[in-house]
Parts: sequence; C-alpha cells; structure tokens
Amino acid sequence: MPAGEATLRSEIFWQNDYDTDSRYGMSIATSSDIQKVSNRLQPAIVVRQLTKGFKNNPVLTGVDFTVESGTIFALLGSNGAGKTTTINILTTLLKADGGTATVNGFDVAEQPAKVRQSISLTGQFAAVDDVLTARENLELIGDLRHVNDAGQTATELLAKFDLAEAADRRVATFSGGMRRRLDIAMSLIGDSPVVFLDEPTTGLDPEARNEMWQTIKTLAHHGTTIFLTTQYLDEADELADTIALLHKGTIVASGTARELKKLVPSGLVELSFQNEQQLKAATCALDNQYSVTQNGDLTLTVVVGDHVAGLAELFIRLRDAQIEPVDFSQRVPTLDDVFFKLTSDTQEGN
Amino acid sequence: MRTIKDTWTMAKRSLRHIVRSPDTIITVVLMPIAMLLLFVYVFGGALGQQTGSVKYVDFITPGIIVMTVISGIAYAAFRLSNDIQKGIINRFRTMPVAPSSILGGQAASSTLSNLFSSLLVLAVALAIGFRSGAGPLDWLMFAGFVTLFTLATTWMAIFFGLLAKSAEGAGSFSYILLLLIFISPSFVPTGSMTPLLRGFADNQPITPIVETLRSLLVTGAAGDKAWIALAWCIGIMVVFYLGSLRLYSKRTMATAR
Repeated sequence: MPAGEATLRSEIFWQNDYDTDSRYGMSIATSSDIQKVSNRLQPAIVVRQLTKGFKNNPVLTGVDFTVESGTIFALLGSNGAGKTTTINILTTLLKADGGTATVNGFDVAEQPAKVRQSISLTGQFAAVDDVLTARENLELIGDLRHVNDAGQTATELLAKFDLAEAADRRVATFSGGMRRRLDIAMSLIGDSPVVFLDEPTTGLDPEARNEMWQTIKTLAHHGTTIFLTTQYLDEADELADTIALLHKGTIVASGTARELKKLVPSGLVELSFQNEQQLKAATCALDNQYSVTQNGDLTLTVVVGDHVAGLAELFIRLRDAQIEPVDFSQRVPTLDDVFFKLTSDTQEGN
Repeated sequence: MRTIKDTWTMAKRSLRHIVRSPDTIITVVLMPIAMLLLFVYVFGGALGQQTGSVKYVDFITPGIIVMTVISGIAYAAFRLSNDIQKGIINRFRTMPVAPSSILGGQAASSTLSNLFSSLLVLAVALAIGFRSGAGPLDWLMFAGFVTLFTLATTWMAIFFGLLAKSAEGAGSFSYILLLLIFISPSFVPTGSMTPLLRGFADNQPITPIVETLRSLLVTGAAGDKAWIALAWCIGIMVVFYLGSLRLYSKRTMATAR
C-alpha cells in the first residue's frame, strides 16, 4: 500500500465513533424531505418499505432508499442478500409483495411500460446473443428502441467500447471482458435516463474491471443515473456517490463511502511469527494493552487503533520484548468486517 | 405499427439463429425423409394393399409433411427456452417491447423455417414418385393449410417452451404429437385398427388435418373434413397464443430472481 493511501485510510478510520441517527437516517427521507427534494429535482428512484418473498422465504423485508438524479448509487451486499431481487423489482421483471417503488417518477407496479421507457438493465450474466455478431446485437437493440439510425449507433458504440475489430465476429467467440463491454454498450442505446447494472464487474479480470469503472464514471458524468449492485466495498467506494448496505433483506446502513467506513472496525494488524514460542511471547507482551486474537497457526490479529502512533507503539513493544515477527500486514477493511460490526451491534442492542 | 416492426425485428433475429445452425434444419427433415423411404420401400408393398386406387407414396406424403412440421416446431420451443435460460428474454422484457412481438417473432421464424423444411421433404417425395393431380389453386390452399397448421402448432411449441424448466426438455411435447400421427390415417386407413383405437383415431385433431391435406393433393378438393381441420387449427392457435401470453409474464418472472 502506498504511503499516501495509508495516510488517507488512517484519516478516514480515525473517527471510529458514529451516531445511530446518521447510520439509519442517511437515505430515509421523511415525507417533508421528499417534498423539498422534488421541488429542486425529482429523485430518480424512490423505494419505500419494499418486501418480497419466494415460497415463504423472505428475501426483502422492508427496503427503503432514495437515489438522486444523475448520481451513482451502489447497493452493497453479499450473495443472497437480495440485491438482484431488488433490481428485478425496479426493472419490472418481478412484482413486489409490498411497499412502493418509483423509477423516473413512474410506479413500477402501476406504470411498468413508462418505467421500461426510462431504464436499461445490464444483468448479472451478460445477456448478449451468442449467435449474432457484436454489430448485430447492437443493431437489434437499436431497432427495438427505434433509434433513428441503428447502424450508425452500432458503429459509434463499437468504436467507443473498443470492439470495432471484433464487430463482425460472433459473440460466442468473445472473452468475458468483451461480452461485458458489449452488454453495457447495448444498455446505452436509446440514452435511458436510469441505467441498472447488476454486479457489473463480477468475473472480470483487474484490467477489465478498471475499464468498466471508467465507463461507469463517464456515463455518470453525462447525467445518467446509475444504480449498481456489488459485493465489493472497494468498488462501491470507487464509484458511488451513495452506498446502501443490504443485509438479510433490509438496508442496515447507508450514506457516502466515507460515512460507511466509519462503521468498520479500524486499525487491524496481522503479525506472523517464526514459531510457537515467539507467538506466545508476543501474546504475553501485547495482550495487556491490545485486543489480540490468534487466527491461523502462527498469526495474531491485533487491534491497534488507527493512527500511525499506535502502530509505532506496537513495534516498540515487540522490540522491547525481543520478538521479531516474520511478517506484518495491515488488514484492509472488508464488507465482511462491516457486516460483522453491524450485526454484532444489533445483537448488543438486543 | 410499432408492434409489427418489433415482431419483424425479433423474427429477423430468430431467423439468423436458424440459418446459422443449418444442422437443425437437417435434423428436422432427416426423420420425415427416413420415414418416407422406410414406409414406401419397406412397408409400402404390404400397406399399399390398403389404400385402394391411391398410390402408397401419394397416400403418405401429406402425413410426412405434418411430421416434418411437428419435428420442426420442437426447435422453436428449444430456442425460446434457451433464450429464457440465458437471460436475453429478460433483457427484452425490461425494454419497451410488447410480449406479443417477442413471442410473435419466434412464431414467424418457426413458421418460415418449417415451410422451407416441408418444401425439402416434398422434393424428396417427388423424386421417389409422388405425383399430384392438384391444380394451382389446390396447391395454394395446401400451402395455406400447412402454414396455418405450422403457425398453430408453433404457438403450442412456444407455450411448452415457456413452460419448460430446461431447453433440452422443451421439445419433448412434440413426441406426443408424433405419436398422434401414427394413430391417425397418415400411414394406414383407420379401418384396419381395433374399434377403440379407431374411435380415437377418427376424432383426434391430426386426422382431419391429414385427410384435408391428402384430399387437396390427391383429388384436388378440400374434402368434407376441411372445416373440422380448420376449426382445430384455429382453436389450437387461439388457445396456445393466449396461454403463451399469460405464461410469458409468469414464467419469465419466475426466472428473474
């Protein structure tokens, strides 16, 4: 990790305390708030108390969030959290059991045709036609969206998404990254004001992932509202103006990346030792000062707090005890950490 | 207007699929052609005694055409089910395109490709001695009837394609229809069947359809079963068209999870 980034992170994690008001209140506007907002600019997506279950198995148990026009919104959650179900309801593929959802001002249950004119969806698994060529795929969508010149639109998008050379090849021969790019390009035809991307980078290699991030940013720059789902905290961090954390069918936290990260346990350090004696000696030397847990055979996780001074103090103590760790790493907070933190908080609350 | 344009767009897509997998067309025509040769050259000597003044190859060609259509529509079910599994139907569903256009495109392409297959099989029949006394108008009516039958059974295929849990199983409904061809006067007159079977054979939908097609080709007249055949075709088409549209929103929603 470069020094600059480390500083930035420790800055962000410095403030470990947070208040519950901002935790839950970030995106849940009261009715008077909505009134104020719509006077300025109508929100692109408003979801209230959305519920959905499959065969007595509740998937969404009351989801609330608001996505402002022209922003990138990330719905963050692990597998099975209900992200795709939420997207399917918002894109009129599924009917909700309860609650309301509007997209571009239209109710998804009452005015699905109007919603479909306002959106485009890129599903989790590239829904491209393998048998057709890239150009034919784009022209197909162009024809169905009744754009003026589907051929010209296709040519432009092929160039923009670096697919010009592969334009007349069948999509079956494409790599995962190319399929994804084509998939996104197809979603852009017709300039829908709201674009849904379901896990746009899942299964992509790091390079393709970066390209995708650039594409999404460019898109948002032109005023398109983007709703994306992701399992990765860093992706939400990189892209989203607002992040909502979906866990067990409900939004457990929402806000900006900065606000969310305050929830993450901070200053985790992992130390590895040569042998059992060193490990025991280190545990003795540290555990009166820090919270120490052993994870793995010869590895300790130590909570040092966030700042550089805490880290320095840790190493001074180790040196004084004449212990030399063989390896050291700072643990980057993960989504799991956030979930762990939030769910353990809930249990404490009970 | 928009619906028609969208239907044509979807049909074009589906036709590309068909043209790019010519093996499906070969598979479709292979079985009816094999059956035609088998029945004419192996069983024809014995069975030909039953058909009176009508030459055996002339007798069975209409049934073989019906068989061609039925083995062809199974692919419409397969293609649709495949589209659902791969998620491409859900992409169309989130776009402002009418369900009748999405399914209608499949119906149009299936009908066109099956008419082509029927022509191939008819050519083989002609090559091995099939001759018809039908005039141009009778041929036109024959073509119209085959088209209507194909369209009706294609909507049946679309219904089962929507119903199927996997693309592989989507076409299995057509085996029942193939069986119906054998329990009909397609290959032998029903007079030689046991009374119970004969009662069934005389009243099932394939019978008036095959008899009308045969009547058009052999005698050059539609025959007295034409209205029953027409009613069956239109009935099947309306029921499965409406059923498909109903099932479409349910089934594609169920895969969207």
